[in-house]
Amino acid sequence: MARQPIYRHSLTVRLVHWTAVAAVVVLLMSGLQIFNAHPALYWGQKSSFANPVASIGSAVIGDARTGVTRIFDHQFVTSGILGLSGYRDDPEQRAFPAWATLPAQQDLAAGRSWHFIAAWVLVICGLVYLVAGLATDHIRRDIAPNFRELRGIGHSVVEHLRFRPAASPTYNVLQNLAYSGLLFVVFPALILSGLTMSPGLDAALPFLTSIFDGRQSARTVHFLAAFAIVLFVAIHVVMVLVSGPINLLRSMVTGWYDVKNEATQ
Amino acid sequence: MSIDRSTTRRRVLRNAIGFGAAFAVGGCDAGSDSPFVQKISDTGEALTATVQRVLLWDSSLAKEYPEQAISRDFRANGSIEIDDPAYRRLASDGFRSWTLRIDGLVEHPARYSLSDLRSMPSRTQITRHDCVEGWSCIGKWTGVPLSALLERVRLKPHAKYLVFHCADTLGESLDAGLYYESIDLTDAYHPQTILAYDMNGAPLNEPYGAPVRLRLERQLGYKMAKFIMHIEAVESFAGIYGGQGGYWEDRGYQWYAGI
Repeated sequence: MARQPIYRHSLTVRLVHWTAVAAVVVLLMSGLQIFNAHPALYWGQKSSFANPVASIGSAVIGDARTGVTRIFDHQFVTSGILGLSGYRDDPEQRAFPAWATLPAQQDLAAGRSWHFIAAWVLVICGLVYLVAGLATDHIRRDIAPNFRELRGIGHSVVEHLRFRPAASPTYNVLQNLAYSGLLFVVFPALILSGLTMSPGLDAALPFLTSIFDGRQSARTVHFLAAFAIVLFVAIHVVMVLVSGPINLLRSMVTGWYDVKNEATQ
Repeated sequence: MSIDRSTTRRRVLRNAIGFGAAFAVGGCDAGSDSPFVQKISDTGEALTATVQRVLLWDSSLAKEYPEQAISRDFRANGSIEIDDPAYRRLASDGFRSWTLRIDGLVEHPARYSLSDLRSMPSRTQITRHDCVEGWSCIGKWTGVPLSALLERVRLKPHAKYLVFHCADTLGESLDAGLYYESIDLTDAYHPQTILAYDMNGAPLNEPYGAPVRLRLERQLGYKMAKFIMHIEAVESFAGIYGGQGGYWEDRGYQWYAGI
């Protein structure tokens, strides 16, 4: 079983990957901090305070304060995580718990500062990736699924369900779709909906509010897109763990991926 | 931002300091107050403000909405009621004895009564009010364009900012200072920047900033000073209160609130 290392990830891809990891963590946690300042989502231009699409709060149910999450007309008890969290004998009323927000304590001003700095980092990362990825043909060659790959999607789904990851130097079609979806659907939706929340940019670029049917819808889309990224990361990490984590992690650090080593597992 | 919320925030902050590291995630919180993090944060704000000012032509207008879009549940934020006895006296006769003082770096310092302002050319706009907390409401505002007042008092050449001094303390003791805000001249001369005295066709109510509030449609709500008593033209706001150009700015919020 000879090792057959291949150079899989360029330096640009590796730098962008890890910088984006850091930026996304900061963006997510500071985003939850900002959400906590008004933990309700609406659809349209304005907030209809009595009828949010979703909200997180707390209410006294029976004789105990309880964390309550509402989505449309459905109500869930979420004490301990959403609406009410912290010490058991002295819980705090807050939408997302302290461990999930940046900073931990309620501090909208600091949350905004972190969010906007990390957003700049992520946007610059994205531009570097886009320019390099188009210039080197990486995006078309490695990321975008082609017609032949799309035809083989059924086979790829079956292989995944059998937990038999193909030891291939190239991405399989489900990876192509997941990465393309993240890069060219979720991130653009996230960035555009984020920009739409800026009253300044709404004046400069009036089409922004039209795209999302209003600033409050944009805020809701921004929240959903953020959770699409959380979902992506969860699946991504699980797939790494079941597909040879050492080899994969090394390849995203050094660039070198061991095909043979992978095949003999 | 309601008083409830700001006092809650202060209480929470005190608790967090009391509990110390128990609440903190890693070193993140300790870092928030460090000069280094502050510097990065300032750089981020400067970058955002610069890019927005490039994209935002001086005259690009905030979207204006039709009548039916007006919110029936427009949330009053900041101070809702003013305890100050001087303000209460003014309010008791419908602000007939109130005057707006405009001074500082102007050629002709002046005082205007509410009826003076109402007799000047007015602008009515139905616009969206975006709170830093995340919510939005739509209201109809009528008032005198700030540019019309500036033409009367004539700014001196080295005037760079207008500072709005308000009657409210936002629940703090008077020692903490009155609410204030500042804007630059690009925003001051913007056609939608008005001193509003009417909301939805009726005189401004106290929760919304009677007798006069600022409308600054391309920035967040906290920039739109309510209960305005005095406008001061300055070259720099470094010497005023905390030196950051506004009540919330002195408490960590961005001076440029277009985002």
